[in-house]
Amino acid sequence: MSGGTATTGVTRAEYCVVACAEAWRHAGEVLASPMGIVPTIGARLARLTFAPDLLLTDGEALLIGDVPAVGERADVVEGWLPYRQHLALVATGRRHVMMGAAQIDRHGNQNISCVGDWSRPTRQLLGVRGAPVNTLNNPTSYWVPRHSRRVFVERVDMVCGAGFDRAAEAGPSATRFHDVREVISDLGVFDFATPDRTMRLRALHPGVTAEQVAQATSFALTVPDEVPRTREPTAAELRLIREVIDPKGARDREVPA
Amino acid sequence: MSRDKAMTAAEVVGRLRTGMTLGIGGWGSRRKPMALVRALLRSDVTDLTVVSYGGPDVGLLAAAGRIRTLVAPFATLDSIALEPHFTAARQRAAFELVELDEAMFMWGLTAAAQRLPFLPVRAGLGSDVPRVNPRLRTVTSPYEDGEELVAVPALRLDAAFVHLNRADLHGNAQYLGPDPYFDDLFCQAADTAYVSCERIVDTADLLKAAGPQTLLVKRAFVTGVVQSPNGAHFTSCVPDHDRDEEFQRAYARAARDPEAWRAFTERFLSGDEEAYQAAVTAFHEERQR
Repeated sequence: MSGGTATTGVTRAEYCVVACAEAWRHAGEVLASPMGIVPTIGARLARLTFAPDLLLTDGEALLIGDVPAVGERADVVEGWLPYRQHLALVATGRRHVMMGAAQIDRHGNQNISCVGDWSRPTRQLLGVRGAPVNTLNNPTSYWVPRHSRRVFVERVDMVCGAGFDRAAEAGPSATRFHDVREVISDLGVFDFATPDRTMRLRALHPGVTAEQVAQATSFALTVPDEVPRTREPTAAELRLIREVIDPKGARDREVPA
Repeated sequence: MSRDKAMTAAEVVGRLRTGMTLGIGGWGSRRKPMALVRALLRSDVTDLTVVSYGGPDVGLLAAAGRIRTLVAPFATLDSIALEPHFTAARQRAAFELVELDEAMFMWGLTAAAQRLPFLPVRAGLGSDVPRVNPRLRTVTSPYEDGEELVAVPALRLDAAFVHLNRADLHGNAQYLGPDPYFDDLFCQAADTAYVSCERIVDTADLLKAAGPQTLLVKRAFVTGVVQSPNGAHFTSCVPDHDRDEEFQRAYARAARDPEAWRAFTERFLSGDEEAYQAAVTAFHEERQR
């Protein structure tokens, strides 16, 4: 454990924020595109601490020069990124997106479009949105606020974000910039650092067991003998989360204590 | 000056035909040409192929059964993630869906505007977009790399509807918010384009509000101009007005229940645009009591 930590009373939501922030640690001078409240707090925490070069948007067309609390307006604008530029920026690769997933499988295939048969879904969701272009062009991670067998499925009903197996099948143009990094849920952190690029448990949030994760997952995860814990936030990070970035506690609505 | 393209929303819709391909500008629940869509609902025009970054435009047209084919990467109300009429229509397979990725859609519109048959993109490979669009083809780079890419077909439109903040009588149209969306592309990709706006102003006054880069749509691509204050309602049209979140919630609630939707239609969508705007005003007055 790192020195100078204040570990008492750290909530699950706060561990999730730290885990999300870590996804952008070595991202460099690229756009962080978080989708969801906890990833948004995580990206802002990373920018305020160990990844100061990250670019952030206001959620609409502006790149923000300061880091306001979630839901508040930025005082400083450093750039313009309307949708047409945002979609074009994806193809430059200078972006690391953290998307949601209604379903995700062991290969990292993600679905946000619909559940059931595509031609007549039992539950229509958003549509593919930008998941296909994201996964083929820039680093992509996923955030799942409620880890369950309904989300971590054997097979997704509609591949929106391409996973490792599907990208490989599609050939070199698909794999050239394909870079699915991490899946972060309310239970732990997952990656694809296995020989066959299937999902592996990389870290458990404090208070969670590997058995709990296995029970909430429909497919067999790779579980190393020693699974580390998600690191503790530092005292400075906790203060930033609680007082600067999310003073109203929006994170607790996404991941209840 | 001649070249007066001013017309009413009813005149715009009078130029449409059943079976046409109609592009609708804006994005999600943002700056949608809702007054033109409402005018369309008052007509008999149906069997449409609708091309849209979908919001309540798609929802209203789907609820009224006017869509034969929808070309879209999503339909959303933004602050309410799922468009209830869109989801319900999909769950009863009410129309054919051409589901494209957001970037594929943009390059399809661009190809149409540039009079190209397609543009190559990486997006879509490895996903199920090609599976659900069996007519999609790939193209192989003729250069040394030999890359195989998706050939997004041009999304050519018979007509386009867009809503902007200001326009002159000739069809020069200006956006004053932070995002142009794709409204210029929709107009360029269409054989006929119709611009509704919050206010028609003299050409000489266009630059009084903002710089020349806000002049998004050029008159050479515009067939008709409709002055329609609050014409994007209930979607956002900043800085003229924000999204009407309270009304949008009422819309979404009503859309989830057939009986409530009949009442909503009766109250808000059975008259002309003036009656609609009056009913919206009454809706808010009632809430304040």
